[in-house]
Amino acid sequence: MTRAAPLFTEAEWDFATLDRVYKAIEEIALDELKLEVYPNQIEVISSEQMLDAYSSLAMPLMYNHWSFGKLFAREETLYRGGYTALAYEIVINSSPCISYLLEENTMTMQALVIAHAAFGHNHFFKNNYLFRQWTNAEGILDYLAFAKGYVAACEDRYGRDEVEAVLDSAHALMDQGVFRYRRPPRPSRERTLEKHRKRRQYEEEAYSELWRTLPAGVAAPAAPPIPDPEDDDDDMKLPEENLLYFFEKYSPGLRGWQREILRIVRTLAQYFYPQKQTKVMNEGCATFVHHAIMNRLYDKGLIGEGVLLEFLHSHTSVVFQPEFDDRRYNGINPYALGYGMMADIKRICEEPTDEDRDWFPAFAGNTDYMSVLKEAWTNYRDESFIEQFLSPKVMRDLRLFALHDRAADPAYRVSVIHNEDGYRGLRTTLARQYDVGIAEPNIQVADADLQGDRSLLLHHHMHRGVPLHEQTKNHMLAHIERLWGHEVGFDEIEADL
Amino acid sequence: MTHFIDRRLNPKGKSLANRQRFLRRARAQIREAVQRSLKEAAVADIDKDRKIKISTKGTREPRFRLDRQQSGEHDFVLPGNREFVPGDEIRKPKGGDGGQKGKQAADYAEGEDDFEFTMTQEEILDIFFEDLELPNLVRTTLTETPSRAWKRAGITTAGSPTQINLVRTMRNSFGRRLALKRPSVADVERLQTGLEELEREEPQTKDTRARIVALKAELAKAEAKRKWVAFVDPLDVRFNAFSERPVPTSQAVMFCLMDVSGSMGEREKDLAKRFYMLLHLFLKRRYEKVEIVFIRHTHDAQEVDEQEFFYSRQSGGTIVSTALEKMLEIQRERYATADWNIYAAQASDGYTQSGDARRCVEMLNGEIMPLCQYYAYIEILDEREMEVFASEDSGAELWRAYRTVAEAWPNFATKRISKPADIFPVFRELFRKEEAAA
Repeated sequence: MTRAAPLFTEAEWDFATLDRVYKAIEEIALDELKLEVYPNQIEVISSEQMLDAYSSLAMPLMYNHWSFGKLFAREETLYRGGYTALAYEIVINSSPCISYLLEENTMTMQALVIAHAAFGHNHFFKNNYLFRQWTNAEGILDYLAFAKGYVAACEDRYGRDEVEAVLDSAHALMDQGVFRYRRPPRPSRERTLEKHRKRRQYEEEAYSELWRTLPAGVAAPAAPPIPDPEDDDDDMKLPEENLLYFFEKYSPGLRGWQREILRIVRTLAQYFYPQKQTKVMNEGCATFVHHAIMNRLYDKGLIGEGVLLEFLHSHTSVVFQPEFDDRRYNGINPYALGYGMMADIKRICEEPTDEDRDWFPAFAGNTDYMSVLKEAWTNYRDESFIEQFLSPKVMRDLRLFALHDRAADPAYRVSVIHNEDGYRGLRTTLARQYDVGIAEPNIQVADADLQGDRSLLLHHHMHRGVPLHEQTKNHMLAHIERLWGHEVGFDEIEADL
Repeated sequence: MTHFIDRRLNPKGKSLANRQRFLRRARAQIREAVQRSLKEAAVADIDKDRKIKISTKGTREPRFRLDRQQSGEHDFVLPGNREFVPGDEIRKPKGGDGGQKGKQAADYAEGEDDFEFTMTQEEILDIFFEDLELPNLVRTTLTETPSRAWKRAGITTAGSPTQINLVRTMRNSFGRRLALKRPSVADVERLQTGLEELEREEPQTKDTRARIVALKAELAKAEAKRKWVAFVDPLDVRFNAFSERPVPTSQAVMFCLMDVSGSMGEREKDLAKRFYMLLHLFLKRRYEKVEIVFIRHTHDAQEVDEQEFFYSRQSGGTIVSTALEKMLEIQRERYATADWNIYAAQASDGYTQSGDARRCVEMLNGEIMPLCQYYAYIEILDEREMEVFASEDSGAELWRAYRTVAEAWPNFATKRISKPADIFPVFRELFRKEEAAA
C-alpha cells in the first residue's frame, strides 16, 4: 500500500486541518470499525469557557444555583494557581453529540480528542443499553432549556430564597432521586393540572345555551368525569426508593412549582445515572477507539512519527495506574482498567492462550474482535462487564489484590490476590465495588401517614452492617424535613443479606 | 455532516449569575474573611483581586454517605501488589482513615472546612464599603474607573467614513495616478477634439482615415486605462485614528500621621487603617499617581514603612508637633507644591504633652494648611469616652486646639470616632466638593 501524505505536521491547528482530520477519522471509524454514532457537533472553546462548562455539570445550559458558582470559584482558583490542568475535552450525551475541544490543544491532541469523544464516547452513548433505556439524547437540550426558564420564572414569582431552598434540598437528595428498576409511572402534578385546565377551557368554549332549552328528561351530554388529582394519592406503592419522586407526588406541604422543581432535579439525576454506572466502560471504549484510530491513521501514512509519539505519550499517561501506596494513587483509574480489559479482549480474540480458552470459551480465537467488543459495549455496565470479562492476565498486569476490612479490627486482612485460587474471588470483589446499588446507601420510604399526623418514616437498609455517617445524616434530615414539612423518622435496618 | 463551531468568541462569564448567588449565599462567611484579609493588606492594596478563604458553613452540600469506619465490614480491591499473600494483615493507617474509598468520599462530601477562592476588586470593595456606611453616590464615584478621552493617534487604513482624512486620501490617489500614468480628463479631451477636427476635414484622404483609426484606437485605450486605474482606489483611503486614553491627572502625596505610643491599641490602629484606606481610594481615583508617606510619632517622629507603621509599638511620651515637623521636612525635600497635591491624614487618641497643642496650631495655621489640599484628623475613642465627650466643644487639649484650626480652614476636618461607621463623615466635605465639581 502506498503511504499517503500526512494530513498535518505542525502543532498549530486551524479549521481546514480539523476538517480534513475529522473526515479521515470518520472514514476509519464508520467504514473500518463500523461504529454507530449520533451526528457530531464539535465546538472549539477557550479555557474560560471550559471552566464555565465544568461548573454547570458539563452541560451547555443549566438553571442558576449558587452551588455551580461555588464550583466555578474553586475550579478557577485551582486552575489559575496552576494546581490542576483542564480536561482536553467534554462530551455531552445528546443528539447531535456535542464535543468541546479546548483551543489550547495541539493539532495532535485535537485529532486524539475527536477520535476519543466524537466517536468513542459517542458510540457508547448511542448503543449502551443503560443510555438507551434511561436517557433521551434528542430531548435533553430542550429539557434543559425548559428547566432553566422554569427555575428563572419561579425565582421571579416566588423569590430567589424560596427557589434556592427547594433546589438545595433537592440537590442533597439527588443520589436518592433515581429509579433503578422501572420507568416513572405518572406525569407530573403540574402537567396533570394543565391537562385538566385545558379540558375545562374546552368545555367552557363548547358550552351552548341550547342544551338548557331541551325538554326535561333529555340529559345534556355529560362531561367526562374529571379525576380529582388527590385521587392519585391512594396508592403510594411503598416502599419507595426514589425519595425525590415520592416528595414530588406525596409531600403534603409542597406547592405545584416546588414539585416541578423536584421533578427537574430528579430528571437530571436520572439522566446522569447511567454515566455513574459505566465510568470504566465508557472511558475504556473511548480510549480503545482513539488508540485504534490513531494507529490506523499512522498505518495509512496520514500522520507522521512525531505525531504518533506525541499521541502515545499522552495515551500512556491517560492509562497510567499508580500503585496503591503511590502518592499519586487516587483509586483505580477507569481509563487504565477499561482500556486494559478491552485491549485484552482483542488479544484473546487474536492470540488466545490455553488459559484464555479455558476462561473465555465463547470468544477466544474469534477473529472478529470488534463484534465481541461492540456486544460488550452495548449490553453491559461496569459491574457486569468486570464480572464477565476481567481476565486473569489483566489482574496479573495490574497486580490486583483484595482487602477485607472490618471496622472493629485494627488491621485489614488480605483476602485474595492475583493467583490461581484468587482470580474468581478477586473478580467478583472488584465487580461488587462498581455496583452502585452497594456502593451507595440504600434508603427507602417505609411508611407515610397522609391521613393522620403526616409523619414519614425512612429506612436505611444497611449492607454488611455499614451505617450512615452520623453528621451528614443530620444535615440531610434537615433537608428532608423541609421537603416533607412534618416529622420524619429514620431507622437503620440490618439487611437480611 | 459535521459542524465545527468556533465558540471562543461567545461571551464569557456564563456562570456570573451563579457566582452572585454564591457570594450572596456565603455573605456572612465572606464578610468575615474579607475583613480579616483587609487587616493584613497594605493600604494601597485595597482595590486588588484577592484570595479569600471562607469556612464552608452555610454553603454545605451534604449527601448521604456511608461511614465504613464506624462499624460493619466491606471488601475492596487495590492495584500494585508486591509481596502480599492471602491472610496477611496490614495495619490501618492512623487517624482512622478506612481505606482510600472512604477518604475520597469524605473529600467529596464536605471534607474541608475551608474553601478558598479569588474575589475581584469590585466584590471586595463592596464589602469594605458595607461597614463604612458610605452614601451610594460616593460608592459609585469610588468604584468607577477613571474617565477616559479620545485622542488623535495618527492615520490608519480602516475606519468609519465620517473619519476619512481627505488630504491624505487624495495625496495617495494623486501619487498612484501619476505612477500608473492615468490619462487625465484634459488628455482625453485633447484626443477627442483632434478626432473631431480630422472627421470634419474635407475631403477625407486615405491618410486622414488612417489617422482617424489610429486616434480612435488611442482614445479607446485611454478610456480603458481610465477605467482600470480608478480615480480614488480603496488603497488610497486613509482615516484619522483615535485612541482612548485616560484623562491626564496630576499626582498627589498622602501623609499618614499616627500616634504609636502605648495607648494606641489593636482596635485603634485597625480603625485608623480603614481611615487611611478610604482616603487612599479617594485619591487614587482623582490622581494618576499617589504616593503614601507614613510618619509615626511618640515624643519623636520617624518616617517608616507600612509594616512598621501599623504593627510595631514604641514607648515614650506623646508630642504631636514632632510629626508635623517631620511632615514639613519631607514635603520640602521631596514634594514641591508645584508638582504635588498634598493630603494629610492624622490619627491619634487625643493625648499630647501639655503646651504642645498650641505649637501644633501655630504650625498648622502658619505653614501646613496653606500647603495642603485637605487635612483630616480623627481622634479614636472608645464607646464610653464617646458618651463623655458627647459635645463637640468638650474634649482634651489637642481636640480643642484643632477645633480652632477647623474654624479657620474649610479644608480641615476633625472627627471623633469609635466604630467604622463613624469614619466616613470625616470626609464628607471632601466628597461634597467632589460632587459639586462633577
